[in-house]
Amino acid sequence: MPTDRPTAAELVEAVREFLADDVAPNVEGQLAFHTRVAINALAIVERTMAQGGAMDAAELARLRELLGQDGDLAELNGALSRAIRAGEMDGKRGALLEHLRQTAQDKIALANPRYLTPRG
Amino acid sequence: MEALQDPDKTASEQLAAVLRDRLAEEYGTGTEIVALVRLSGGASRETWSFDAVMPDGTRRPLILKRDPMDRQVDKQFEGVPGGRLAVDRWTEGRLLQLAGEAGAPVPTVPFFLAKDRRTTQGFFSHRMEGEALGRRILREDAYAVARPKLAFQVGHAAARFHGIARDLLPPMRGLPAAGELQHYRTIMDSFHQPHAGFEYGFRWLQERLELAGERYTLNHGDFRNGNILVNGDGLCGVLDWESAHLGNPNSDLGWMCVRSWRYGYHDKVVGGFGDVSELLDGYEAGGGGRIDPAEIYFWQVFGTLRWGILCMILGFTHIDGEQRSIEYAAIGRRAAETEYDLLQLLE
Repeated sequence: MPTDRPTAAELVEAVREFLADDVAPNVEGQLAFHTRVAINALAIVERTMAQGGAMDAAELARLRELLGQDGDLAELNGALSRAIRAGEMDGKRGALLEHLRQTAQDKIALANPRYLTPRG
Repeated sequence: MEALQDPDKTASEQLAAVLRDRLAEEYGTGTEIVALVRLSGGASRETWSFDAVMPDGTRRPLILKRDPMDRQVDKQFEGVPGGRLAVDRWTEGRLLQLAGEAGAPVPTVPFFLAKDRRTTQGFFSHRMEGEALGRRILREDAYAVARPKLAFQVGHAAARFHGIARDLLPPMRGLPAAGELQHYRTIMDSFHQPHAGFEYGFRWLQERLELAGERYTLNHGDFRNGNILVNGDGLCGVLDWESAHLGNPNSDLGWMCVRSWRYGYHDKVVGGFGDVSELLDGYEAGGGGRIDPAEIYFWQVFGTLRWGILCMILGFTHIDGEQRSIEYAAIGRRAAETEYDLLQLLE
């Protein structure tokens, strides 16, 4: 990935600002609604570029600890899902729930951080 | 700048011709169609508002709900014959009639629209005054008197339509609790995206299936704040019956308690406007019997998980290309909210 500026993150930010400042005030109805949705989607991309790497690393470390095996994020999430379905995690519910809650909280922090505050 | 062609304008001119012909059969030749507008909301169906003006000048405010003209095929899933549990527009209209006869507040359905080369299948209803936007119902002063009554009233209404005798119902698909759980799990599996949080929800529910309850009746299928019509006095209509099916009636009550329709008013579990005890009091008063809150808790968990799977369905409707849509793509990410809610519920 080139490191020249504007970076990919800065380009996404520029597109989001263009939609918010130039497009949104000049459209109405369904188009206005979809413009707001698009702005939110780009904000998700920006948050993911900024925080996603650290979240992935932490999730991977938790999965390795919980499952006692190695692999990448997709492999270990697949293994954990199969283990839950097979009832193999029933004996470690506390640790499982702690991991799942942290993972869900991270997902929300990217997808819709306002959801974590009241009246969000 | 040249004006953009408004696709709804062309569609509305074509629909106006269909409506003039159809309404002439009901109200007489010369009936005019005025103020025809497409209402927002619901990408999967078309809802139109208009007034029919009869030859003697009488005005009838009406709503037409029909299948979309541009997309006829609902999403299908590996291992799920028939796809989502849902009904066609004629069945939906018929269910509104039956619910009204059973004493639930619903719009009156006077007649139907047959599919032909100019239109998809639909049904008409008398247009009622009221607010359907959940956020406004919870926030605006105009509904301050209505809000404290709503939990009881939605419970009462549900008891009325859950009580409709099975032999009166049109043919519908349905599943008992264990089957419905499997239905949504199979849909999730069809996306080949492992989801540990939802797996834990399925596991939790499977271990507690005895809490589901035994009854098997008509389910509204999308009974929530957002699909109810409210005026200053309280509940005046139960809308949007397209997800109706046969199943455990507690599913409707638990769905009403899912956090996503509280619009931030989380201290009021039922739709953001009331408590479970009021909901169950209303249900009992409506003739539905006394329901154990533990059953509602089970179905609230089920509903939260089901909403997560429905978010995935919309996300993959975009990803798989059945309907490319920024709105569907964004809803796909709302699965994270339901996963969070689910894990909070399972303390």
